[in-house]
Amino acid sequence: MQNHFPLWKNGLILIILVVASIYALPNLYGDDPSVQVSSSSTPLAEAQVKQIEDHVKQAGLSSKSVEYTNGQALLRFENTNDQLKAADILRDKMGNDATVALNLAPATPAWLNAFGAKPMYLGLDLRGGVHFLLEVDMEAAIKQAQERYTDDVRTALRTAKVHYVSVGRDKDRIKVQLKSAEEVEAATQAINKDLSSLKFESVENLNELILSIPEVEQREIKKFALTQNITTLRNRVNELGVAEPVIQQQGDNRIVVQLPGVQDTARAKDILGTTATLEYRLVDVEHDVQKAVQGRIPIGSRLYYEKNGNPILLDSRVIVTGDQIVDASSGLDQNNSPAVFITLNGVGAKKMGKVTQESIGKPMAVVFIEYKIKTKEVNGEKMRTKEKVEKVISVATIRDAFSKRFQTTGLDNPQEARNLALLLRAGALAAPVDIIEERTIGPSLGQDNIDQGMNSVIVGFVVVMIFMVFYYKIFGLVANFALTFNLVLIISLLSLLQATLTLPGIAGIVLTIGMAVDANVLINERIREEINNGNTPQASIFAGYEKAFGTIFDSNITTLLVALILFGFGTGPVKGFAVTLSIGILSSMFTAIMGSRMLINWIYGNRRVEKLSI
Amino acid sequence: MIIKDIDFLGKRTLAFAVSGLLVLISIISLATQGLQMGIDFTGGTLIEVGYKESADLSVIRNALAEGGFSDALVQHFGSAKDVLIRLKPQEGISSSELSNKVLEVMNKKTSERAELRRVEFVGPQVGDELAEDGGLALLYAMFGILIYVAWRFEYKFSVGAVVALIHDVIITMGFFSLLGLEFDLTVLAAVLAVVGYSINDTIVVFDRVRDNFKMLRKEESLTIMNVSINETLSRTLMTSFTTIIVVVALAVLGGQTIHNFALALLVGISVGTYSSIFIASAIVLSMGVTQEDLMEPVKEGVDIDNMP
Repeated sequence: MQNHFPLWKNGLILIILVVASIYALPNLYGDDPSVQVSSSSTPLAEAQVKQIEDHVKQAGLSSKSVEYTNGQALLRFENTNDQLKAADILRDKMGNDATVALNLAPATPAWLNAFGAKPMYLGLDLRGGVHFLLEVDMEAAIKQAQERYTDDVRTALRTAKVHYVSVGRDKDRIKVQLKSAEEVEAATQAINKDLSSLKFESVENLNELILSIPEVEQREIKKFALTQNITTLRNRVNELGVAEPVIQQQGDNRIVVQLPGVQDTARAKDILGTTATLEYRLVDVEHDVQKAVQGRIPIGSRLYYEKNGNPILLDSRVIVTGDQIVDASSGLDQNNSPAVFITLNGVGAKKMGKVTQESIGKPMAVVFIEYKIKTKEVNGEKMRTKEKVEKVISVATIRDAFSKRFQTTGLDNPQEARNLALLLRAGALAAPVDIIEERTIGPSLGQDNIDQGMNSVIVGFVVVMIFMVFYYKIFGLVANFALTFNLVLIISLLSLLQATLTLPGIAGIVLTIGMAVDANVLINERIREEINNGNTPQASIFAGYEKAFGTIFDSNITTLLVALILFGFGTGPVKGFAVTLSIGILSSMFTAIMGSRMLINWIYGNRRVEKLSI
Repeated sequence: MIIKDIDFLGKRTLAFAVSGLLVLISIISLATQGLQMGIDFTGGTLIEVGYKESADLSVIRNALAEGGFSDALVQHFGSAKDVLIRLKPQEGISSSELSNKVLEVMNKKTSERAELRRVEFVGPQVGDELAEDGGLALLYAMFGILIYVAWRFEYKFSVGAVVALIHDVIITMGFFSLLGLEFDLTVLAAVLAVVGYSINDTIVVFDRVRDNFKMLRKEESLTIMNVSINETLSRTLMTSFTTIIVVVALAVLGGQTIHNFALALLVGISVGTYSSIFIASAIVLSMGVTQEDLMEPVKEGVDIDNMP
């Protein structure tokens, strides 16, 4: 008889059902409020993890479990209260070198983890957190570059002893006014020698030069301004201790920052807005550091601490500050050892040249300065204070006199070189950014959203199921199976893709449940029609599925078309909705047509049937 | 089983009149009252705070006025414990400072500290972009459907489908305009979802019309289309009913944040169901659809081969 699936078809459907169930399963286990402890410089040692456990125990808190992976410790707690308390304690006890972050760790059992099954990734509106859209002020970035070049042109002319009346910015170009037309030749040469990248524009006056930054370099500058800001933000977010931050470029000049699970949103905003800078200072080698630590700091020197905590005395005069750094990049020097290449602007170069010439063979230090905003509880009131944090990030011996471009060597590995370049760039003057969009969801609202979203899914689901059984009997039951299969499939696909589930995403799922029934309704109505036309039950089933297929296909393709357009043009909530809707449409076609057909074949196929329960 | 010989298309003049009136009211409302655009489109700041006890709005309003936020719009949100504050875009103050400052000002005056539940700040430039993207999405969706239906069916059908969709969109938006409900990004998503849903409904009817044009060759177009609508009627109502069940669940249980979203779906799906029964086919019929329109084009190659 015709209502029979070949073995491979049944097998395939069952395999998909089993696999989908496995990957959907982690979502049932939920999350554990947990605290993640990591160290910025070195991985945590086993002993430190023990220490962390002890700190928590001493405070009378019991953690569900402590995991130690990749040099990070993860402590799971029963509730957010314990989690918050533990985090506060650990921040206190672990000091500055450890980053303590709040996290929602999936409570997926180990056997599911072995399959690589993970729960869906919850969006900020569900787990709470901060979303920022930042825009880099590119005009300001270009302006800064022009100002730098104006400085450099002046220096170049002066060194070449070319007489000029003025050098200044004129709209988006640099205008050089020379004493006489005779100087033009010499000026052109001088500029070509030092600043070969500048483009000469045509001029009207003979004693004038008009320079511009070429298109290619302007693009470079913009790109640099963007990456620099992303780097800076990343560093600050790391300070903040966020478990899974997202810092991403969006378009040409925008940056998305998402900080899931951040509870103290005011603090997050403060830290993102902190400023960092750096200073180059000579190391004071004449005085004894130990005496200084005991309190006798020599005049003209200041006591600092290195990353590893060692004290060091530095000259109190600053050579160069961070806003004079134009660029910093990491790479390898002539001897193939890791190095950081730094470029200074004209003013900084001059000063650096003078100092280094006098101090060959002496060590020089880089101090990283950050203004952090700390929240302290005073008499139950939260007070925010600005705190200056200074840290020596690198000490190197001056081997030669240098000025504009130089390199810092003596770094342990390429990773350290990269980090230093990052820090240097982060401390350098960045193009200003504006927050153009902010969405902050408090943790309680996030939980409310999950609960309410889930409730409406469940209620809608159950009511639809009851109605289907009532209206279509056995065929309704089969449709309900297909509907459940569909829900499992959607959830497993979202989990596998690690697509972000948002509240509109849940709405999308709810809507697909409503619409997924449609395919089965179409099929069942067709079967009823065929029966009414006097066909046999078996022929009716066959014809019903066959004829409904074209309709289901056409109608779903148009809806899918709309969903794809939504995805293409939508932003944020619209996109989340479009993703679940598209996945839902595709999976519902599979479950409603193939899944339900398999069951119907099992129930009615290959036997004599007098009447269908429909 | 539902009775299967209702003369839907015979009453098409009435249907056109009803729809025309609804569309007219919607357009007038949209033109005069406009839409209560959310901050997604206008730009501005929205702050939602929660209290443990019912909050007194006048205290909060006074506190904000004293703190220099006299243009703040303060209202309850969902329950008396939740308060929503809206601020117009402000020059010279960043969003982060703004929400912090608003909270500070409020907490000074109220007996209980507010719990920050949500902050949304949208810069004016982003708002314009979101509105533009949304409008474009709607336009492209319509255009995509127009082409797809013209390709799968015939151009008269695509005109009928798209006119029905525009009808659904205008009435849904008119509903929001008339009642002064806030139109934000999620409502826009709902309107677009309605487009997706309504076209689904319409295509099912069209599909049957196409089948019946081939099967019932001797009948008039009017009869064929009426039969088709009747044959698909129980499916149309059944699907709309199940979808409306879940949308009502969303509206009632889904929380304040997506309440308007669910409401837009509810209105849109109802109107969409009506339009795919009464409007889409009626337009195709009024455009004078005939059997020949849906005939498979005769393959030219075959003709040439058979020529003597």
